[in-house]
Amino acid sequence: MKNTSHINPLENEAIYIFREVVAQFEKPVLLFSGGKDSITLVRLAQKAFYPSKIPFPLLHIDTGHNFPETIVFRDRLTKELGLELIVRHVQDSIDQGKVIEESGRYSSRNALQTTTLLEAIEEFKFDACIGGARRDEEKARAKERVFSIRDNFGQWDEKNQRPELFDMLNGQIEFGQNVRVFPISNWTELDVWSYIEREKMEIPSIYFAHLRKTFIRDGMIWTNDDAIVFRDEEEVVKERLIRFRTVGDMSCTAAVLSAASDILSVVQEIRDSTISERGARIDDKRSESAMEKRKQQGYF
Amino acid sequence: MEVLKIATAGSVDDGKSTLIGRLLYDTNSLTSDKIEAIEKTSKQKGYDYLDFSLATDGLVAEREQGITIDVAHIYFSTNNKSYIIADTPGHVEYTRNMITGASTSQAAIILIDARKGVIEQTKRHFFINNLLRVKEVVVAINKMDLVAFSEEIYKTIKSDFHKLLKERDYQEQRITFIPVSALKGDNIVHKSETMTWYSGQTLLEHLEALDFKDIYNVGTPRFPVQSVIRPKTDAFRDFRGYAGKVYGGELSIGDSVLVLPSKAKTKIKSIYFYDQEVQTASRRSSVTMTLEDEINISRGDMITKVANLPVISKQFTAKIAWMDRETLKVGNKYVIQHGVNKVLAKVDRVHHTINTDFSGIVETVNELDINDIALVSFKLNKPIFYDAFKNHRTNGSFIIINPQSNTTAGAGFIQ
Repeated sequence: MKNTSHINPLENEAIYIFREVVAQFEKPVLLFSGGKDSITLVRLAQKAFYPSKIPFPLLHIDTGHNFPETIVFRDRLTKELGLELIVRHVQDSIDQGKVIEESGRYSSRNALQTTTLLEAIEEFKFDACIGGARRDEEKARAKERVFSIRDNFGQWDEKNQRPELFDMLNGQIEFGQNVRVFPISNWTELDVWSYIEREKMEIPSIYFAHLRKTFIRDGMIWTNDDAIVFRDEEEVVKERLIRFRTVGDMSCTAAVLSAASDILSVVQEIRDSTISERGARIDDKRSESAMEKRKQQGYF
Repeated sequence: MEVLKIATAGSVDDGKSTLIGRLLYDTNSLTSDKIEAIEKTSKQKGYDYLDFSLATDGLVAEREQGITIDVAHIYFSTNNKSYIIADTPGHVEYTRNMITGASTSQAAIILIDARKGVIEQTKRHFFINNLLRVKEVVVAINKMDLVAFSEEIYKTIKSDFHKLLKERDYQEQRITFIPVSALKGDNIVHKSETMTWYSGQTLLEHLEALDFKDIYNVGTPRFPVQSVIRPKTDAFRDFRGYAGKVYGGELSIGDSVLVLPSKAKTKIKSIYFYDQEVQTASRRSSVTMTLEDEINISRGDMITKVANLPVISKQFTAKIAWMDRETLKVGNKYVIQHGVNKVLAKVDRVHHTINTDFSGIVETVNELDINDIALVSFKLNKPIFYDAFKNHRTNGSFIIINPQSNTTAGAGFIQ
């Protein structure tokens, strides 16, 4: 029998964090988007609690603008693993008049998710929300803690985050506050892909090369779905061989031209790539401090 | 792949952010859209060079001042290793951030501006890395391009720094000096063509060569129990596993162990990583273990080898770094988190504060302000099982929580 010295320190760290969340909080939940980061979290959670089942539900804030493949994948995964899935819809928040739908060229439901998320947290009284954010993704996330304290409006005040020393995680909160937990904070995009490959994990097909009806705007490739993605008459639709490097909504995620049809070629493509993962996210491009501002409003 | 975490510290304007940016740039770790953003902003600011410090500044407020605050984590990798840089501020009012970054790091880079030499901040940064017992310290003497790449100046600075070495607590710390120019790129990744008098490694060469086994000190294995896993399913009816992370050394099947606080003796029956049974749990691995005997164990208990037990006590003296805006006073009550254990603690005595410039101690103190480092004694409501920090970094450290605000008010290193 062997020893555990070959195990990636990042994996050990993530499992440790999962165990701390469950030990320190009453009602944790895993924010699940169907993207590679949240799928990785599910696998890590399985490992952390084995042979017990994962002791918390999954929560999906469904914007209604998802790639259908992601929804299919989500449902299949939760069924296979016997996980409890809670879905809350941004459409409902819109219908109830709690948020207003954006319109025009650059509209998306990305920022609207925050309201639905905060409502779901309130509804279920979740005190810890586990998410797949990583520090290498984006500037404001580079400074995030593993335990990120939010107030009852989900707001993040960068001046009041706690120092995290050694392995110790201080999750002490007042009633009404909650904590966002990021077990894969120290994982890079490549770390996630390598893990998916090593673990032979299944991920939504849109991460791999496929033909899709798309159009070009601002030098980026967008999905053609007139019900969801606003398109001008002059923006011509063509079928292209593409894949998605990051999976947000159809309305704010650009594709890349690619022939990478399996994980190894995807990993190779990323190694060779000179564009960062979130370079294809229009929700970040709006301003340099977009992410930070959204976090201050309670975004994940 | 091995992951090496490096704490970086330097004064404002010392070029620390430029150094990191240069490290990323020269290892092809900056993506083209990031380089584009740097080019754009450098131009907007009227610079005629690429300002790599823009690669690491993040939050809105500080960008306008051009000063970094908080701990920024920056990731890059080579074929050899994955690196995490914990970039921390140089300002004295962010000492707590530096301590945070150093606590999880195995190496540190201290930056000196060649024009200024060893200054108060250099001493403080060195002091902190010594206090936290970071094993590998690289002193990067930067801006050599502004002192005509002078060997004389480099040697003077090196000798001034050496004077501090006698004062330090942690004598086994390894110090390496490298003359660099982050702006021009000399000796960061590429060998300097101008400083031919320097025959040592470049910064990256040095980091790549660091041997993992030398960076961690080997101590007695300690296993603080995070949780108990009891599935109670048909397949695992009698399974009772203890989940946690192994610190300091390794534990193997058959090892004779003691459980604290009950002091029950037993042997390790099996060790699992997920569904894989293993013979040995290496240090820092998250495992689940089962024991030969049925013992009542809960979160916060410790499983450790029979020989070389930790100290079991309701009081201790520690060097602490105070991080809260609220003053620490003798008699104040706090929550101390030691590993996964939480106990109530009362400040029994403040012995003295320690000057971070190696100039000595101040004995006439009874309270501590933010960023003070001091020797303090505590009394606890329950015993904890600890080692001296110098013998066991993980089991000898703790955090102090302010029970009113729940913030992490301080960090401690048990003597």
